[in-house]
Amino acid sequence: MIARIFAIARAEMLILRRNWWLMMATGIMVLFALALTFAGSAPTGTLGVDMLTVSVSSMTTLAVYLVPFLGLMMSFDAIAGERDRGTLSLLLTYSAGRGEILMGKFVAQVTALGIASALGLGSAGVIAALYAGASPESLMALFRLIVTATLLGAVFVALGYGVSALAESPAAAAGLAAGLWLVFVVLFDLGLLGAVVMDGGGMFTQKVFPWVMVANPADAFRVWNIAASDGVAISSGMGGAAKTLPGWAAPVSLLLWPLLAFLLARAVFRRVEP
Amino acid sequence: MTDNALIIRSVDKFRGKTQVLKAIDLAVAPGERVALLGHNGAGKSTLIKMILGQTSIDGGDISIGGAKPGRTVARAKTAFLPESVNFHPTLTGHEQLTLFASLSVRDLPDIDALLDRVGLAEASNNRIATYSKGMRQRLGLAQVLLGQPTVALLDEPTSGLDPISRQDLYAIIDELAAQGTAVLIASHALTEVEAQTDRIAILRKGIKVADDTLDNLSRGAGLPTRMRILVQDGQADQIAMATGGTRINGASVELYCDAGQKMQELRRIAAMGDVVADIELTPPRLEDLYRHYSTGGQT
Ligand SMILES: Nc1ncnc2c1ncn2[C@@H]1O[C@H](COP(=O)(O)OP(=O)(O)O)[C@@H](O)[C@H]1O
Ligand SMILES: [Mg+2]
Repeated sequence: MIARIFAIARAEMLILRRNWWLMMATGIMVLFALALTFAGSAPTGTLGVDMLTVSVSSMTTLAVYLVPFLGLMMSFDAIAGERDRGTLSLLLTYSAGRGEILMGKFVAQVTALGIASALGLGSAGVIAALYAGASPESLMALFRLIVTATLLGAVFVALGYGVSALAESPAAAAGLAAGLWLVFVVLFDLGLLGAVVMDGGGMFTQKVFPWVMVANPADAFRVWNIAASDGVAISSGMGGAAKTLPGWAAPVSLLLWPLLAFLLARAVFRRVEP
Repeated sequence: MTDNALIIRSVDKFRGKTQVLKAIDLAVAPGERVALLGHNGAGKSTLIKMILGQTSIDGGDISIGGAKPGRTVARAKTAFLPESVNFHPTLTGHEQLTLFASLSVRDLPDIDALLDRVGLAEASNNRIATYSKGMRQRLGLAQVLLGQPTVALLDEPTSGLDPISRQDLYAIIDELAAQGTAVLIASHALTEVEAQTDRIAILRKGIKVADDTLDNLSRGAGLPTRMRILVQDGQADQIAMATGGTRINGASVELYCDAGQKMQELRRIAAMGDVVADIELTPPRLEDLYRHYSTGGQT
């Protein structure tokens, strides 16, 4: 089983390298991260945190939008595309089960996202550190950012498989993926914000809101990075909601989501007729 | 016949409300080559998908060496060449075959030898995007040869192949059969598979209308032999009248006779003397036979 997953992952990795996905994803990450690091270097000193801390904070905000986008872009075609080309039917006659096929693709694409995150966010971090110094805490925050960004990417890669299996065509899968991105990254937060405003600081805002928020993987990613690092929390000014949650809430959410999303995608894929 | 490699028993298939396969029975023994013929839309590909376990079986059952379609055991025993086969364009032929091999067999076979066997040695390290349709078909055949399948299902294997490639395909089919694989070849063109098969099953609109050897099918169809009489000196009209045939042009007359009366007719025509310059005999063509069965015997 492991050998089959590995064989699929290796082929997928080859494809990601050949069609420039790996290069492109890494390039986009590096570009945005560098831009943010230097644009965000102005307030350094005023709050008493080093440049890398500020950089990690702004990169966290960026990654919430960018990483789910990259994950979905990479994965939405995985099943719909194979079915469209007619390659799925043949692949499924081999001994590899559907779960194994999906896992092989997942391993390759999450690895690619991990590489892109490490190189992209890492290079910005290294430059910030060289430029203005870094504390062990801020290096830790950078490391955490890279790991959690990869986890966040894994969630959306798996969700992308779900819509890819659900959709009738690659184009429809792309549309569904865009919808997913909008809901998780934009509309969910807007809705919550609206609810908080309507509630006017009542029961909902204090007790329910933080939990609902952290149930969204994108927000869990934000909370984990912000709450875990005081420096980041100060510089982002968004530690309030995270404070009322126990420390394990965000990590549990972000660790469970990839698993849940994958199981969901596998369940949908099982019903696909190639 | 319990030792059949592939057994299809009274299988039904519905697409929405329409029944696309009705009570299909078919068995293929190890080493046997069976052609599954039928017009487009007859249900050939659907039947193959059911054998592969890729679409539901709405009635009856299918066994692949004792295993149910779609099960891991069944998948390991089956090889498949899809209709207009396709692969990932960014992989090379070698990489694609290596992937398939590592998904199916325990010990990686000699991929280069296999690619050489299907005539793709030179292109093995080129991306599949650069392959012609015929080359993709060859790569598809190479993956059929991986492992030693109990059952091989080839859907329209000759489409897109030039005559020489076709010869290669026939050789590979024979090789499969010789190693004991039960081969089922779906096609809409009888002439392309006729010589390569031990038995022919014909599907018409989801119903199996024939399943026998070519000889028996010919006999059963009772199709007439065509005689073409070449006539001298523009006497075609007289000869047409005398034989009851049809005048084709000034120099030839055509008539049909049943297999049993062939010799009698020949003697009668030969007795007409010098006006008859030549007689050409054409036994029922395979196309006629196919048309006979696949349109319901109105030919
Ligand atoms: N996925 C599908 N959904 C609905 N109808 C289908 C599907 N696949 C095939 N059919 C229908 O089933 C019938 C048999 O098709 P098929 O098995 O492809 O025929 P063949 O391979 O003999 O040309 C056709 O009427 C076709 O329209
Ligand atoms: Mg077909």
